[in-house]
Amino acid sequence: MGVVVSDALNPSNVRARRAWDIAAAVPDPEIPVVTLADLGILRSVECDDNGAVIAKVTPTYSGCPATQLIEQMVLEALKRDGFENVRVESVMSPAWTTDWITSEGREKLREFGIAPPVKASNSIRALFGETAVNCPLCGSEDTERISEFGSTPCKALYRCRTCLEPFDYFKCL
Amino acid sequence: MSDDLFRYVLRLADDHLILGQRLGEWCGKAPSLEEDLALANIGLDCLGQARALFTYAGKVEGKGRDEDDLAFLRPEREYCNALLVEQPNRDFAWAIARQFYFSAFMLPFWRAMGKSTDDDLRAIAAKAEKEVAYHLRHSAEWVIRLGDGTEESRRRMIAALEELFIYTGELFEMDDVALAMVSEGVAVDASELRDEWRRTVDGVLSEAHLTAPEAAYDQTGGREGRHTEHLGHLLSELQYMQRAYPGLEW
Repeated sequence: MGVVVSDALNPSNVRARRAWDIAAAVPDPEIPVVTLADLGILRSVECDDNGAVIAKVTPTYSGCPATQLIEQMVLEALKRDGFENVRVESVMSPAWTTDWITSEGREKLREFGIAPPVKASNSIRALFGETAVNCPLCGSEDTERISEFGSTPCKALYRCRTCLEPFDYFKCL
Repeated sequence: MSDDLFRYVLRLADDHLILGQRLGEWCGKAPSLEEDLALANIGLDCLGQARALFTYAGKVEGKGRDEDDLAFLRPEREYCNALLVEQPNRDFAWAIARQFYFSAFMLPFWRAMGKSTDDDLRAIAAKAEKEVAYHLRHSAEWVIRLGDGTEESRRRMIAALEELFIYTGELFEMDDVALAMVSEGVAVDASELRDEWRRTVDGVLSEAHLTAPEAAYDQTGGREGRHTEHLGHLLSELQYMQRAYPGLEW
């Protein structure tokens, strides 16, 4: 779990804490089984001196088409819960990595049928090499990649040679 | 300083906008469904990088132009992308060769840019580097598959690699704008990336049992707005909605 998230989990005031909980529970529009907090997309929630709430989110990929929708969903969720003065900011740095997906999020992905990213995405081996991806359905290690790019920028398409089912793999980044 | 920085960022933004548009032309027409998704996804990455770069360029320029103004409302001569990225999709091998040459350059470029003194460019680079690693791997796999494939695929791969080669030299070009940015610690000296690029290209081509082309000359001019005849046609499609319906929003 990233440092910024830990900070946000212990905000200095109750209001920011409540705003964090609301924003954190917003589901990802592409993979609704996981929340923005599960994915590590929600970086922080702050309240400034004027009572404004600032939620900071980061895109998974530069061109992720869900980015704007996510910002809008956070905005609406907070307004629905009574926060009037709300701003959502997109932060580029530090760059999002799949290592920020929580273990709970990884488990939810697997249950949903998406193989979670192999760990330690920052190692060159994981980024370039052929790493073993376990089938989320039967657990077999005997899988093959069909396509590097799947239905969303963050996923690749795989097939299990044991149970013969195709599945999505959440790519390492 | 800020004028050079604006031009430098704008060049990068234009490279990615134009390449993203070219990749988007494959949507619904790629050789297979998986490849349709792949090219559209790579195009999206390019477009995402372009948006971040245009937004930053607009901020640096300080004249109130936003990403849309810069992307849609300039005449052809003001686009300063490299000539390589505007080259048309003659066939699938052309799209792959163009992507391969470009990604083999952008990977070490963004990596080096990770040490830029410019905060915005450093943040964009950190994200883009990881995305480009996938683009390079994907296009390199196709170069090998087509180059070492059937007689027909090999013939087309060789033709694309050879015809596009004259546009690769421009990627390493250093002019006054780029040199000024290097001296500020903002930019990368692209000419220093040439050896690594050549090693990547030679390595993949030898796996494909192909010989790397040699350029008889380098075709350049894109950075000053002197383009091949293909850019104007691309722009007429890219700009159509904003020109026909100014201020249109989806």
